[in-house]
Amino acid sequence: MEALKQRAIELLEKGEVKAVLGYAKGTGQARRAFFARQPGQVDKLVLDEACTQNLAAYATKHEVKKLGRVAIVAPPATQRALIQLMAERQLRDGDLAILAVDEGAIKELGSAAALEEHLALKAQGLDAKDKTLLAKLDAMSREDRWAYWQNEFSRCMKCYACRNSCPMCYCEHCTMDCNRPQWVPVASHSIGNLEYHMVRTMHLAGRCVECGDCGRACPVGIPVHLLTISAEETVHELFGQRAGAKAKLDYALSTFKTDDKESFIR
Amino acid sequence: MSEKNIYLPYLMRIAEITEESPAVKTFRLEFVDDVAAQSFDFKTGQFGLYSAFGEGESTFCIASSPTRKGYIECTFREVGRVTAALADKEVGDIVGFRGPYGNVFPLEDWKGKNLVFIAGGIALPPLRSVIWNCLDLRDWFKDITVVYGARRVADLVYKRELKEWSERPDMKLVTTVDPGGETPDWTGKVGFVPPVVEQLGLSAENTVAIVCGPPIMIKLTLPVLQKLGFPPEAIFTTLENRMKCGVGKCGRCNTGKSYVCKDGPVYTLAELNQLPAEY
Amino acid sequence: MANTYQLSRESLTSLFGALRKDGRRILAPVESDGRIGLGEVEAPAQVAGDYLQTIMSAKEVAFPKVERLLSYTITPGQVDLKDAEPKAAPTVLFGVRPCEAKAFGALDAVFNWDYRDKFFNARLEKLAVIGLSCTKADEACFCTSVGGGPADTAGSDILLTPVADGYLAEVLTEKGTAILNLASDLFKPGNGVDKVAVAAKVEAAFDQPALTAKLPGMFDSEVWVDQSLRCIGCGACAFVCPTCVCFDIQEEADPKQGERLRCWDSCGFHMFTLHASGHNPREVQSARWRQRIYHKFSYYPQRYDQLGCVGCGKCTRACPVDMNLKEHLTEAAGVTA
Ligand SMILES: Cc1cc2nc3c(=O)[nH]c(=O)nc-3n(C[C@H](O)[C@H](O)[C@H](O)COP(=O)(O)OP(=O)(O)OC[C@H]3O[C@@H](n4cnc5c(N)ncnc54)[C@H](O)[C@@H]3O)c2cc1C
Ligand code: SF4
Ligand code: SF4
Ligand code: SF4
Ligand code: SF4
Ligand code: FES
Repeated sequence: MEALKQRAIELLEKGEVKAVLGYAKGTGQARRAFFARQPGQVDKLVLDEACTQNLAAYATKHEVKKLGRVAIVAPPATQRALIQLMAERQLRDGDLAILAVDEGAIKELGSAAALEEHLALKAQGLDAKDKTLLAKLDAMSREDRWAYWQNEFSRCMKCYACRNSCPMCYCEHCTMDCNRPQWVPVASHSIGNLEYHMVRTMHLAGRCVECGDCGRACPVGIPVHLLTISAEETVHELFGQRAGAKAKLDYALSTFKTDDKESFIR
Repeated sequence: MSEKNIYLPYLMRIAEITEESPAVKTFRLEFVDDVAAQSFDFKTGQFGLYSAFGEGESTFCIASSPTRKGYIECTFREVGRVTAALADKEVGDIVGFRGPYGNVFPLEDWKGKNLVFIAGGIALPPLRSVIWNCLDLRDWFKDITVVYGARRVADLVYKRELKEWSERPDMKLVTTVDPGGETPDWTGKVGFVPPVVEQLGLSAENTVAIVCGPPIMIKLTLPVLQKLGFPPEAIFTTLENRMKCGVGKCGRCNTGKSYVCKDGPVYTLAELNQLPAEY
Repeated sequence: MANTYQLSRESLTSLFGALRKDGRRILAPVESDGRIGLGEVEAPAQVAGDYLQTIMSAKEVAFPKVERLLSYTITPGQVDLKDAEPKAAPTVLFGVRPCEAKAFGALDAVFNWDYRDKFFNARLEKLAVIGLSCTKADEACFCTSVGGGPADTAGSDILLTPVADGYLAEVLTEKGTAILNLASDLFKPGNGVDKVAVAAKVEAAFDQPALTAKLPGMFDSEVWVDQSLRCIGCGACAFVCPTCVCFDIQEEADPKQGERLRCWDSCGFHMFTLHASGHNPREVQSARWRQRIYHKFSYYPQRYDQLGCVGCGKCTRACPVDMNLKEHLTEAAGVTA
């Protein structure tokens, strides 16, 4: 932590970055995103288990880009999101100073290549609780699983906290905001909710970095991250790919190969 | 006792369609219901929400004059879902109309004054209503001047009326197109609206200016008017914030504490100076 | 003046029975998977035991998240319009907190300040509120900074305050009296319980009148930018808020028929004010965050002579990025303009 603060102050003092995006104390025990814009604010930075938000979601925001170069505190899930954003050309190599944190250790990564190498060293793992829930869902019959999600979606109010907190939902013109044609009804009724989550899941299949932030963001506790994570796992099983591992895009769902094992595509 | 549904539109039949310029059309709309036609009344400056059933509602000003009874007109540019659906309609088709909403141009206060109307692009519709209204009450006012500019000759709307206005002895019409937008037989001016206004030699004495147009035109015209000596109280404009309800409920049209759908769309510059520039 | 009574805990069962016999449904906080939400109940035992607040507000009872405004059928050259009637069932809202009870007044202000909204009115007319005073509060609560309090009566038809073996019941309105008359034998003569002593202690956090007075002068303050950098522009705060009233009107149709729906909307979304031309009067999130603050603490008092916030703290609890309204208002109140 001290090393992080030290480096943050240096970066700000030398003018290498305009802000250090990290975590600070929030309401009660909560941690929240914090932009240290002056060396004097670095003191507020904290780093512990409660720091869960994937800060990569801010890296593509206009307001944040307008600040200038930013240093970002990046636990593993954030690292995955950042490299995926680079692969999808939403961030340029070198746009950010990446302060990678892995179990307390800080490593500054200056380039996409360094980030890729850093990520390769790590085992990918899902949160234990999510694993259990996913297994439970997988074990259900199709009908039961359908009923489970119908019941969960009945609480959805289309606040889009899940979408907006997701680092990979960066689209300037999200499908949900398109009205010509109106792909998905705006209203938060059963069809509107179902179609929203179906479309979002498909758009994240093979791109979800499995941080779980969308599920954590949901005010009414719908575990929407299980949808995108299971789609991600399916892509992994079928094509051997992982989102958030490579700096160069190789995306199964947008690639055509003549020897594809499915006949419908040929 | 159940209350009235304020979101229920009148049904209107399209009586006439005029193609004004590429992507801009004028509809003349007549009430399907005779009782509604009799009781309907509005004042110049007001607007309404026009439905294309199946696609939704869009906000346009009422572009006809309240002195012309039995119908209303609107002029719109095709820019999105609803306006595209309206553009596909034909004479005889049914559309919806809610209104009239919003405040009005204070014609009573303008009695005995000179009037200068300045419009750019597709912003002539709100002014067309008030211009015709003033022309129909011609003896209330002194000199009436209309300055109207568009990017190209093809973009000028209400071409037949421009001709009529240019021939009227009791008013002055100045039309202009942006440099490069003229055609070989163009007889109007070539230049942007603000400098054209500056060159007219207008006197601010006992005069009100009514300005409608794209934000950039308004932004550049206001300093010219102020230089000519127009006080902020004598400069009128209309705002076009996005609207859904039109009746001060849905919450999206406000600039500061002012709901454009209720307290507007007509504002004096003096009033706008009191509000944050959220338009 | 309120009529004060004593209501024993056991008598609630009979009260619920009398309400249901009168044809009213009872909505109350219930627990499911550790979440507290409003649900229909038949007996007091189904009401959640020890809750602070529901996640969502009770506004959906009068202002649902999706509601039909009209429908129509289309045949060549003809459109048949059909007015929509709100399904307003006689409802008793039991056990909502004083902040939420008060919030119906802020909704009413917008829905009826000029044109009257029959959909909201039809539901509100059939609604009676039995509020329940708070005996605890959390870090998000700030009712006492905005003119309310944990045992405040505003908005309740009957307010219950938990005491030793039951409730102190203040019958406040005609609707409250009507409920009392359904089961008058349950309401025993009141004693002189000091409800303030029982109620939660909520310290006032900031000087609201002073804040409201200075907001017009600090529109361009950097404080809004600083606070909102982490706001992700979702609708969570507005959708859980008991006073947020903004809505969208959406069309759902096929070539033969369709309907027009009113759906919750939020000034936090960038689409909210976006023009078809691409121009946006509130281009950046700081402008949208500022609108949220100003609407509730400056425009509301100027237009409706009341605040657009009751200090319930739901927005703070729901916000995915921990935008703490009390904290940010306190900070804004401290800015020297
Ligand atoms: C007071 C006033 C007067 C005006 N006068 C005129 C005039 O005289 N002439 C004129 O041409 N224009 C006028 N305008 C502008 C005009 O209202 C807009 O250009 C017009 O409404 C655009 O409509 P649209 O429905 O085609 O566009 P869209 O933006 O496509 O809107 C279509 C509908 O879909 C909704 N919608 C839009 N985007 C989305 C999305 N992403 N997701 C879900 N739903 C969406 C909209 O809310 C709307 O209901 C005026 C505006 C105001 C406020
Ligand atoms: S955050 Fe939850 S309530 Fe909001 S849109 Fe996503 S799933 Fe629905
Ligand atoms: S703004 Fe927040 S604290 Fe105020 S009433 Fe709404 S949800 Fe409650
Ligand atoms: S805070 Fe925003 S969403 Fe809520 S009522 Fe005000 S303008 Fe509407
Ligand atoms: S304050 Fe929080 S809940 Fe509200 S829009 Fe911003 S991120 Fe969403
Ligand atoms: S258009 Fe709905 S409040 Fe003005």
